[in-house]
Amino acid sequence: MALPQAKLDATEARLAGLTLPEGGKWASDARTQALARVRAMGLPSRRDEYWKYTRPDTLTAPETPEAAVFETDESPVFDGIDSVKLYFVDGVFDADASDDPALAGVEIERLSVVSGTDIHWAKDIFGVLEAKGQDPVARPLAALNTAFATDGLVIRATGKAERPVALIYRHADTASDAILHHCIRVESGASLTVLETGPVAARFNGVTEVDIADKGTFNHVRAQGRDHELRTATHMFARLGEESAFKSFTLTMNGVLTRNECVIELTSDNAIAHVAGAAVGDGDFHHDDTVFITHDSLHCESRQVFKKVLRNGATGVFQGKILVKEGAQKTDGYQISQALLLDDDSQFLAKPELEIYADDVACSHGSTTGAIDETALFYLRSRGVPRADAEDLLVLSFLAEAIAEIDSEAIADDLLTRLQAWLARRR
Amino acid sequence: MLKISNLHVKLEEEDKQILKGVDLEIGAGEVHAIMGPNGSGKSTLSYVLSGRDGYEVTEGSAALEGADILDMEPEERAAAGLFLAFQYPVEIPGVGNMTFLRTAVNAQRKARGEAEMSSTEFLKEIRAQAKELKIDADMLKRPVNVGFSGGEKKRNEILQMAMLKPKMCVLDETDSGLDVDAMKLVSDGVNALRAADRSFLVITHYQRLLDHIKPDFVHIMSDGKIIKTGGPELALEVENHGYADLLTEGA
Ligand SMILES: Nc1ncnc2c1ncn2[C@@H]1O[C@H](COP(=O)(O)OP(=O)(O)OP(=O)(O)O)[C@@H](O)[C@H]1O
Ligand SMILES: [Mg+2]
Repeated sequence: MALPQAKLDATEARLAGLTLPEGGKWASDARTQALARVRAMGLPSRRDEYWKYTRPDTLTAPETPEAAVFETDESPVFDGIDSVKLYFVDGVFDADASDDPALAGVEIERLSVVSGTDIHWAKDIFGVLEAKGQDPVARPLAALNTAFATDGLVIRATGKAERPVALIYRHADTASDAILHHCIRVESGASLTVLETGPVAARFNGVTEVDIADKGTFNHVRAQGRDHELRTATHMFARLGEESAFKSFTLTMNGVLTRNECVIELTSDNAIAHVAGAAVGDGDFHHDDTVFITHDSLHCESRQVFKKVLRNGATGVFQGKILVKEGAQKTDGYQISQALLLDDDSQFLAKPELEIYADDVACSHGSTTGAIDETALFYLRSRGVPRADAEDLLVLSFLAEAIAEIDSEAIADDLLTRLQAWLARRR
Repeated sequence: MLKISNLHVKLEEEDKQILKGVDLEIGAGEVHAIMGPNGSGKSTLSYVLSGRDGYEVTEGSAALEGADILDMEPEERAAAGLFLAFQYPVEIPGVGNMTFLRTAVNAQRKARGEAEMSSTEFLKEIRAQAKELKIDADMLKRPVNVGFSGGEKKRNEILQMAMLKPKMCVLDETDSGLDVDAMKLVSDGVNALRAADRSFLVITHYQRLLDHIKPDFVHIMSDGKIIKTGGPELALEVENHGYADLLTEGA
């Protein structure tokens, strides 16, 4: 089907400002193919069904909308967590500032280096999972990322990683436009935790492809940066082997526009995939979680838990789908998306979907939008808790189910204090 | 301790008068019971005293130790020493019972200008109180009232009361849903708190509770008013004959 002219024009306008990076044959092939996908799909526009609730124009525009650099005296998120720290400034790896990657007990390389080689294991992941994730719903920004990303990390865990790998992003240039692409391979029986924190750039397009072999475990916790004017579009693609586990949690505070997509295919038996998020937004804040989980094997479990707290006209979006293919028996699928609106100006737009072609499955989903529970508020106040404290307690109580998705208590506590601070700043 | 005079209350949202001139005076150290048919306004009285939204006082007053409480925020009334054990205790997922209680205890202390309770002090006290009420450590850790049985919720209310040490305790049907043993536990909990400077207003439908918690006075409420006041024998009369006679008498 031919693309509408406006879409073609918008796509070419964006592509005109980008150049395909040089690289070895496998990387160049992957990039050329990704570029072809972008051209075939066209970049997202407002008229696309998948972008009905989120305006993509500032994410696709040739010029980068500026974002002021935000100064904070708060200690960096995950600072207290013993991890191998790797820094990026405006989407460029900062080797000098970073710990020695070798310390993690996992292989860590730069995409910019790896893509220049003739042969590399990343060949089976880079752009491959992304391409797979284009069906049945197009994700053109992810293809654009594969084609043009120059930096990113290629990480391989062959055993139990001793420490988490923390990717710490810093935003320094008000007009930075970053495209980062990470490839992660967790070998059979291995386990790895990846932490991400900080604002990447004024505008950020991120893709992470995660390939987990049989019995592998991958944990991901992300705290997106607090800069108010950031525009962020991320995609996470995961392929899961037998009895493997994928868990990802994202905390988002602030940012004018954030769209986090997560695309997971369960193609081997007995695997589990949990995706969760907590987002708190005040005023000019638009936050979109878009999740697509495909069950295509036996006895797999998937869980989606998303909570948003919105105030002063902030908008939350959730598009979540569980697709259970024919024969994917004993699937256990759960999805919940909830918003707590702290005033009448804020809104939550949700599109939860279940599509099931197997008969022996247990799937449930729910979506709610509500205000602070007045009865609970009165109960707390009647015990002497002042109104503002009681409200904060109830907000945290609302978020608790999502936070509980984080395995590590230390990490969960860290994020909890950030949320408390966010609330305290709004008194 | 508590003096309610000619209290008239209507619903904020509709033109419905619920309390139609309640007069009640509770002296320090006294235990008063209120009985009355369903819908007569007993819970409403307890909510209005503790400051719940949705009600409008159209006439009358309520004073705790001489201070008008009707203009205070609910948390201020709590800090002033008022406590309501809810007829239907509220579940609060995600907030641990212990955290909640500690926040409450210290918020009240702070409001009164007292020093906060240290965590060791608090732990010691809550463990002792919980033991008396047969509330196990697990229940203390769980989110407030979530998944608690009816009886556990009521015991949890009494635990809160024991920790907060209010001057004026209002108990709204704390006996409903309790089995015989739990009734004993709860009554013992209440009796343990009886003191010369602490008063109780016990709302109940059953004489049974009043066997354990001996009231000094019993009031019958009907259609938003207290229509009769007497001693413990009044509760027995209700138990044996129902409200019919009292209501015609009062009318
Ligand atoms: N928020 C409200 N909205 C509507 N009606 C209300 C509200 N609160 C109280 N009422 C009405 O006021 C009347 C008194 O109610 P209340 O709960 O105080 O009675 P009660 O004496 O405690 O009854 P019970 O013995 O059943 O607990 C009832 O008719 C009740 O329906
Ligand atoms: Mg009642």
